[in-house]
Amino acid sequence: MDFDKALELFEPVLGFEVHVELGTATKMFSDAPNPAAFGAVAAEPNTQITPVDLGLPGSLPVVNEQAVRYSISLGLALGCSIAESSRFARKNYFYPDLAKNYQISQFDEPIAYDGSVEVELSDGRSFTIEIERAHMEEDAGKLTHVGGATGRIQGAEYSLVDYNRAGVPLVEIVTKMITGAEKDAPELAKAYVSAIRDIVVALGISEARMERGNLRCDANISLSPRGSGTLGTRTETKNVNSLRSVERAIRYEIQRQAAILAAGGTIIQETRHWHEDTGVTSAGRPKSDADDYRYFPEPDLLPVVPGAALIEELRAALPEAPSLRRRRLKEAWGFTDLEFQDVLNSNLLVEVEQTVAEGASPAQARKWWTGEIARVANEREVEPGSLVSPEHVSELIALIESGDLTDRLARQVLEGVIAGEGAPHHVVDARGLKVVSDDGALIAAIDEALAAQPDVLEKIRDGKVQAAGAVIGAVMKAMRGQADAARVRELVLERAQQ
Amino acid sequence: MSEITPDVVRHLAGLARIALTESEVASLTGELGSIVDNIAKVSEVATPDVEGTSHPIPLQNVFRADIPGVTLTTEQALAGAPDHDGSRFRVTAILGEEQ
Repeated sequence: MDFDKALELFEPVLGFEVHVELGTATKMFSDAPNPAAFGAVAAEPNTQITPVDLGLPGSLPVVNEQAVRYSISLGLALGCSIAESSRFARKNYFYPDLAKNYQISQFDEPIAYDGSVEVELSDGRSFTIEIERAHMEEDAGKLTHVGGATGRIQGAEYSLVDYNRAGVPLVEIVTKMITGAEKDAPELAKAYVSAIRDIVVALGISEARMERGNLRCDANISLSPRGSGTLGTRTETKNVNSLRSVERAIRYEIQRQAAILAAGGTIIQETRHWHEDTGVTSAGRPKSDADDYRYFPEPDLLPVVPGAALIEELRAALPEAPSLRRRRLKEAWGFTDLEFQDVLNSNLLVEVEQTVAEGASPAQARKWWTGEIARVANEREVEPGSLVSPEHVSELIALIESGDLTDRLARQVLEGVIAGEGAPHHVVDARGLKVVSDDGALIAAIDEALAAQPDVLEKIRDGKVQAAGAVIGAVMKAMRGQADAARVRELVLERAQQ
Repeated sequence: MSEITPDVVRHLAGLARIALTESEVASLTGELGSIVDNIAKVSEVATPDVEGTSHPIPLQNVFRADIPGVTLTTEQALAGAPDHDGSRFRVTAILGEEQ
């Protein structure tokens, strides 16, 4: 069903569960290296595990203190209260993504609860999203389904398990029910996940790379028929791994549910999987509120009692809130509302800030990130930040400002950097893309072009400067575009008078 | 009375991938049943004003420093696996999904 029509008939009600992998050096309950640690590179399967991660008999989990500190900081940044005493619980289920047959999570005593996040929409309106809780838990291993036509669970002959990710520290942030978003629901969803990402990045507790699964969003959506005052049945959409797909998945699911309800059907309470490539969700496991995980307090772990001193220490160390930071950066960069909104809407604030920190001018950093890089990212349906590093963008801008590259050449260099050919100066050398700044070579080409077009030469000498365009074009062509057009123009006018 | 029947034991054993003989099923049905009955007895006396005990000794805040230690080698990790492909555990395909 058409999105506007769906909104006419129903009010969307949202809820999000965002999982954040913490970038600690080790796992939540074992001293195995954390594959989500800052700067970690992918390791061979089952090489980052200890007996604890495999749940071997006799092994005992011990809580990673740094993960607790990170979790409290995140809770505070979300405006949450921190529990005086918090404990872990076993969430029991049979599935081989964890070898223990349970996940250590938190149930009735989460580390943080009752917070809120200010989220800004693209038109500048802000929206408050209430946080119910943020709790600590461990990530599960990675399953690869083998056999069957599609490589998916259905039809698979067997599954291969890599437990490297098992035990990675996670914080799960759960919102309260979100109503009143109306037609902005898809955008609000994206803005919320983006706000969480900004907070996590500002805290420096996770690399927060969605494409690597550092930040994952499960979106609960239901539709309430207008005027009914009753809530609809919800679905939980998983596998939403980019900001762009958060927005698309919500929009899709609203339209899908509306079509079913309008035709007199009923929504099944289930998990649904988002497919990035086809832009649809498909049915997963039926899920009910009665799912019985038989939670009970984890007998192998002791309560976490942070104490006021630690909480206040971490509160005092909190970085500037992202919303305040935005205001400060806008002023420092001297951007207009429109320019700044352009950066925010493209979710490129961090990239632009890091590029400026590398020495680039704010205007150029904005121009390249929201322009060419965003264009290529959009074409390939990936996040701009995954294509090129702020360091390389800054180097590219420096090459433009020193006159070594024109914008046109810089786009070719960027293409090379994105293709993995190395830093901009490597690409310049390897592809031979430097601007011809040797006036001698330019003058030779100009003289040749002027000789070939004597009528143009006459016109220029008669003061018809715009006629020079034809000669400039010929020279640029002769230089295979590797010349600064402004300099060529200067030289053409100079030579024409001789 | 306990809800543990031989069928429940067989189901749990299947989920846990543990092969049980019929005599093991029979003895476990009795043993698990008496455990469940004993727990039920505790539930009867545990009124809501009694706080849950997660640990017999009143300790708290036992932490580990965030410093990587020794990991298992792949060979060690897979040593107890019923089946593997040389680097990953191989398990029967299960209809379901990651939690």
